[in-house]
Amino acid sequence: MRAETRRRWAIAGLTGPAYLWLTLTIFLPLSAMLWFSFQRKGPFGRHETEFTLKHYEAFFTKDYLQDLTWRSLEMGLQVTVICLILGFPAAYVLAKRIKGRWREALFLLIVLPFWSNALVRIFSWTVVLRPGGVLDSAVQSVFPGAPSIDLADSWSAVIIGLVHSYLPYMILTCYLSLQAIDDSLIEAARSLGASALTILWRIVLPLAIPGLAAGAVLIFVPVIGSFFEPKLLGGTQGVVIGTVIEEQFTVVSNWPLGGALSFILLAIVLLILAVSYPFLKDRMRTA
Amino acid sequence: MSVVEARHVTKRYGEVRALDDVSLVFPEGRFFALLGPSGSGKTTLLRAVAGFVEPEAGEILLDGEDIAHTPAHRRNIGMVFQNYALFPHMSVFDNIAFGLTVRGTSRADARERVHRMLELVRLPGMEQRKPRQLSGGQQQRVALARALVTEPKVLLLDEPLGALDKRLRQEMQIELKQIQRAVGITAIFVTHDQEEALTLSDQIAIINEGKLVQVGAPNEIYENPHSVFAAGFLGDANILRGRVENGIVAVEGAGPVAARGALPPEGSPAVVAVRPEKVRLSAEASAEGVNRIAGRIFQAVFSGTSVTYIIETAVGTQRAFRQNAGERIYGVGEAVVMEWSPEHTVVVEE
Repeated sequence: MRAETRRRWAIAGLTGPAYLWLTLTIFLPLSAMLWFSFQRKGPFGRHETEFTLKHYEAFFTKDYLQDLTWRSLEMGLQVTVICLILGFPAAYVLAKRIKGRWREALFLLIVLPFWSNALVRIFSWTVVLRPGGVLDSAVQSVFPGAPSIDLADSWSAVIIGLVHSYLPYMILTCYLSLQAIDDSLIEAARSLGASALTILWRIVLPLAIPGLAAGAVLIFVPVIGSFFEPKLLGGTQGVVIGTVIEEQFTVVSNWPLGGALSFILLAIVLLILAVSYPFLKDRMRTA
Repeated sequence: MSVVEARHVTKRYGEVRALDDVSLVFPEGRFFALLGPSGSGKTTLLRAVAGFVEPEAGEILLDGEDIAHTPAHRRNIGMVFQNYALFPHMSVFDNIAFGLTVRGTSRADARERVHRMLELVRLPGMEQRKPRQLSGGQQQRVALARALVTEPKVLLLDEPLGALDKRLRQEMQIELKQIQRAVGITAIFVTHDQEEALTLSDQIAIINEGKLVQVGAPNEIYENPHSVFAAGFLGDANILRGRVENGIVAVEGAGPVAARGALPPEGSPAVVAVRPEKVRLSAEASAEGVNRIAGRIFQAVFSGTSVTYIIETAVGTQRAFRQNAGERIYGVGEAVVMEWSPEHTVVVEE
């Protein structure tokens, strides 16, 4: 019993600081924001605290807020799907085909984007994608007279920039799941007569679902809330709910509306996770 | 039933020759063991037959047709893996039916055949279990059922019983052989366990350092090992080194040793082997016409039914194995004479 008590104290002692820190840094600011989202006015200036639901009502009465939220969800979906299509094969090759030093070198290349500042990364894309930019000049020099490429301030530019930023998450999470698949499972399937495609579809993909799901969540959630990538790369085409929320804080100084929209977005994310959870849980347990 | 043949199969990994010009016939309907220490190349040979390793040179014939470069999934060869390799996300039914659904067998037909397979491996009614809900022995049976359900031409087994505990392993050995015989399939299995090779197989090939050491029936190899390695790897052996003098092997410190079979030419070195259970012990030299070495008991390992003696002699430590059939049991330090008949003395290569 004594050892048990000591063990509990040890657990509390070891996990306590981390939980305390998380409580202070996430829970407190978040609850403050939740409080503001129900106030008529922001924290600046002197006024009475006055409880209201009008900022939440705004979302349901103003069509453009709903449209922009849809747009953000669509952006999240597009980026996630493209990351999936690009990331899964890359992760497969890394986990199952390449060994030793080459793998290390390729890993380094994959995580390289993480080493540079996100803003610098996005600004450098504007240099690449604008007319007369790096991409355009390259195409012109190879095919003189080709139509000029102008991706500046476009939806495509936003997607390109976001995929670039978030692709490593998909590769890394898929890599971890694929790495855990025993090669003998694949050999067993081959000896039973399965073609490469059948093995991918019936063995590899189902067993990689935890990695795919983790990657999708890690990408989808931040992408639907993203604001500076759409703003810098999309210009007027890049108006999404994230940029609207950002403006409530930085330009319009309407913190309560910004807070309310943030919580609606959070609710949507939680709803999506809740709906997909039963399906994922079933897959995760067996994998 | 099918016959598999390896012809001059060679495979290198960098500088290491995993298989060096190996030629071997796996006869129809037989249980064939590839026996060797780890890294001997036995697994590489099995994987070459399965199609997971492509030989650099040589042919692998399945019913006379070279399949050395045929993709694994077109070979129709069943394989049981060391760790069973059951698909963890599928039920027992889906695991066994996998090979059938891949071939486009109808659901009803598949159900019928999986059912029959589960009866064969004595796991009826387990269709809906997941692999993780099964014990090691049960997983082994499911893996066997999965490999056999497509009616492959050959069954390959890679250390199939290695992960089971001793009692279960002995049970499975008997059952594996029964099933193989009932199905009448040509089976090739890889093992480093000499006892397993002896009890399971009709034929054994001993492999070492990528080369074939000896092929034959278990008792044939046991009674007539061709080399020191074969004598020592399959069973225990006392090895004596000497020189041929007057048609007999003169072993320095032990006297002349007569052997069965042809000796190397007069004057050249010769090595003979004798199995410990063929050695009799007595306090004094007895009959004429036998080989003998005098020594002293260094250790006597009593295990109930038998005693294994480690004996110090002028030609190194030797072993004797005696059934506990009422014979006198010698104690440590006692002087003894080891005696055995020339008939049990085999000339082997170094």
